[in-house]
Amino acid sequence: MSWTLVLALAAGAYGFKVLGFVVLGGRRIPARLVRCLALVPAALLSALVLHDTFALDRTLVVDERAAGIAVAAVAAWRRASLIVVIVLGAAVTALLRRFS
Amino acid sequence: MTERRAVLLAATTLGIAVGVFGIAFGVGVVSAGGTVLQAVVMSLLVFTGASQFSAVSVAATGGSLAAALGGALLLAARNAVYGLSMSRVITGRLLTRLAAAHLTIDESTAMALAQPDRDRQRTAFWTTGVAVLVCWNLGTLIGALVGTAVDPLTWGLDAAFPAGFVAMVAPHLRHRRGLLAGALGGAVCLALVPYTPVGVPILAASAAILFGLPGPNPSLDGEEK
Repeated sequence: MSWTLVLALAAGAYGFKVLGFVVLGGRRIPARLVRCLALVPAALLSALVLHDTFALDRTLVVDERAAGIAVAAVAAWRRASLIVVIVLGAAVTALLRRFS
Repeated sequence: MTERRAVLLAATTLGIAVGVFGIAFGVGVVSAGGTVLQAVVMSLLVFTGASQFSAVSVAATGGSLAAALGGALLLAARNAVYGLSMSRVITGRLLTRLAAAHLTIDESTAMALAQPDRDRQRTAFWTTGVAVLVCWNLGTLIGALVGTAVDPLTWGLDAAFPAGFVAMVAPHLRHRRGLLAGALGGAVCLALVPYTPVGVPILAASAAILFGLPGPNPSLDGEEK
């Protein structure tokens, strides 16, 4: 963790918000760009989920996390609230670790 | 008035959930070798959860600055799209709009867009934005302070990150394009893990947003998401 990362990310994140809200607000932008940007959460968050579940540095492993995230995924799909999904994922993983 | 109370209740519930997630974030920063101050400054100034988690998770596993920043900024780019639609709801002085821009995140935008008229959209945006800002930062501070005293593995906190992401991604996978983008993004990421430097698999997954290209291309005025 470096301060460069923290501050550059802060500037970039606020920059995007202001870009949409204040700079582009009310202007017309191409539908294709809007559709692509709308897919960013689906693509990147799916990648992050699988990465944080199966990657251990640069190897792929199936461990207690996989079971925890599977339970969390079922809860999320059934529209459980954010807090329930997080607690379930962490609790199942922690319990399996304790008893394995 | 009851409508207003319903919005307030929903915003508070959401805030509490985000607060718990904030605790996990604070713990994550400290166990990744960051300081309490870095965790707090990040939550105050960056204030967009998924980007923060992504940056810390890449940096924690030894990814380069560019990889950590790149993935996090790509995730932050969607706030520009949210800002476009919220600029219709929150109008007025530049200072007001600059403040509103900072609060433009998944939760505040989603809550606002769920309301039937402009007045309630405005209320929902501000209450949710402020509730999440306060709770996210309080949670981060608590997490960062207890961070070194807590072993993240014992409490399954390493799984709290992807579990939170699962909850955030679920609504985006309920339509066909989103599901395609999610499946391709996930597959690209896992396929690259053994062969590329840490962080690159997440960045490369963004190629999946090209599923948005097919179809008509009129200029939109920012009303659509």
